[in-house]
Amino acid sequence: MNPVEDWATDYDIFDPAYYTDPGPIWGDLRQRCPIAHSERWGGSWLPTRYEDVAEMARLVPELSSQEFVVVPPVPLIDPNTGEVLRTRPHAPPISSDRPFHAVARRLLLQAFAPQAIDRHEPYTRELAHRLIDGFIEAGRCDAAVQFAQQIPPKVIAHLMGLDENRGDDFVEWVRGLLEFGATDPELRAATGLKVLAFWGEEIGKRRAQPTDDFISWLLEQDLDGEPVDDTHAVSTCNLLLIAGIDTTWSSIGAAIWHLATHPDDRRRLVEEPELLPTAVEEFLRVYSPVTMARLATEDVTINGVTIPEGSRVLMNFPAANRDPEVFPDPDTVVLDREHNRHVAFGIGIHRCAGSNLARMEMLVALSAFLERIPEFHLDDTGPVTWCGGQVRGPRSIPLAFTAT
Amino acid sequence: MPTTIGQGGAVVKVRVDSEKCQGHNRCYSLAPELFDVDDYGYATAAGDGVVPPELETKAKLAAANCPEYAVILEDD
Repeated sequence: MNPVEDWATDYDIFDPAYYTDPGPIWGDLRQRCPIAHSERWGGSWLPTRYEDVAEMARLVPELSSQEFVVVPPVPLIDPNTGEVLRTRPHAPPISSDRPFHAVARRLLLQAFAPQAIDRHEPYTRELAHRLIDGFIEAGRCDAAVQFAQQIPPKVIAHLMGLDENRGDDFVEWVRGLLEFGATDPELRAATGLKVLAFWGEEIGKRRAQPTDDFISWLLEQDLDGEPVDDTHAVSTCNLLLIAGIDTTWSSIGAAIWHLATHPDDRRRLVEEPELLPTAVEEFLRVYSPVTMARLATEDVTINGVTIPEGSRVLMNFPAANRDPEVFPDPDTVVLDREHNRHVAFGIGIHRCAGSNLARMEMLVALSAFLERIPEFHLDDTGPVTWCGGQVRGPRSIPLAFTAT
Repeated sequence: MPTTIGQGGAVVKVRVDSEKCQGHNRCYSLAPELFDVDDYGYATAAGDGVVPPELETKAKLAAANCPEYAVILEDD
């Protein structure tokens, strides 16, 4: 593909320059073209100011969630029958508009309220320590692959009532659907079919013999008086897979990368662990992983720019969180930043339903890592790599440290 | 009714606007002493919402972190 010449008219969210260090690109766009447009990857619009992103997030239903992926959907077609199983990703409530959105969301929130998430903290802590046990004596690790990437898929598997080793499949699937699949429609469709079949089977098992886990609980719930059918159950499981894995692993990884490259912040957090709650929010602000999409169902005008009906809009929460109008010195991590209305989890009715789970995982992972390995730095034997698109984060973070 | 004298002599109470709250739980996470959450994760002020002087900083932090502007500090 041709290199980007002007980010205002031809941006490419899959360009390594964008996902490795997007801050300068957003800074430039905010100055001269705060809502950019590009024809790449099916065409889309890209806001970079906090105020514009916030206005768009609240503009429902004009900006619909029926297409929440940053690239155009691929249909899922049954290879045996030719039946179209899905025309677009279906993962309510993330893919829903009102009024069904509220019904699907209410069902899900019960499983993700802080009290419900607290029940998964002991497992998460034990897992974090077990992972550290696996590499601490070597004096080096890839903190993305061996730590950050391991936690969310296993926690999601645990929460759903599946064997934690299933987490390895989850990593492959979520990458097939988003990280690699976004720019490879064939891989995305093939992975989508695999995942639909897997959930169908797990749901079938629990219909036959209920167990004490999330999937069985889900099957017993109702949606405004109607029982949860298999289609809704499969789609809800899909949601947990696509929303709960590479997102949180990217956040844990980015925080560790930051601490490896900013020794003053690392030392301060080791000495003042009571700063972790504000530090986690600050990492979420500066290294927000997720860009969602909306579909304009009519012409909408934001900040003087008219976005035509049928357009895809990229909800650039990461750029909003670096807007100097809202956050002084926006590119700098301030561990105890006081004013921090970041929108890493979105705002409005589509606020990330799993945000309490993500926050718990980040707090537990970072506190365990800093407690066991208080001093670490990048190991120059290998490169740090990032990926981006829908979800941005480090995919390799070679670290060296003194075994304690 | 118990009142608390905050810095500058103001009586500080905390309140959550339930019309605005989207259940981010930023307040509950940063100042768990001052907020309760329901089974769906929506927040309310704990008890009568009065902020003891030692928690005033946390109350301000909670208000300054709510992305929905739903956490409100009041003088009375």
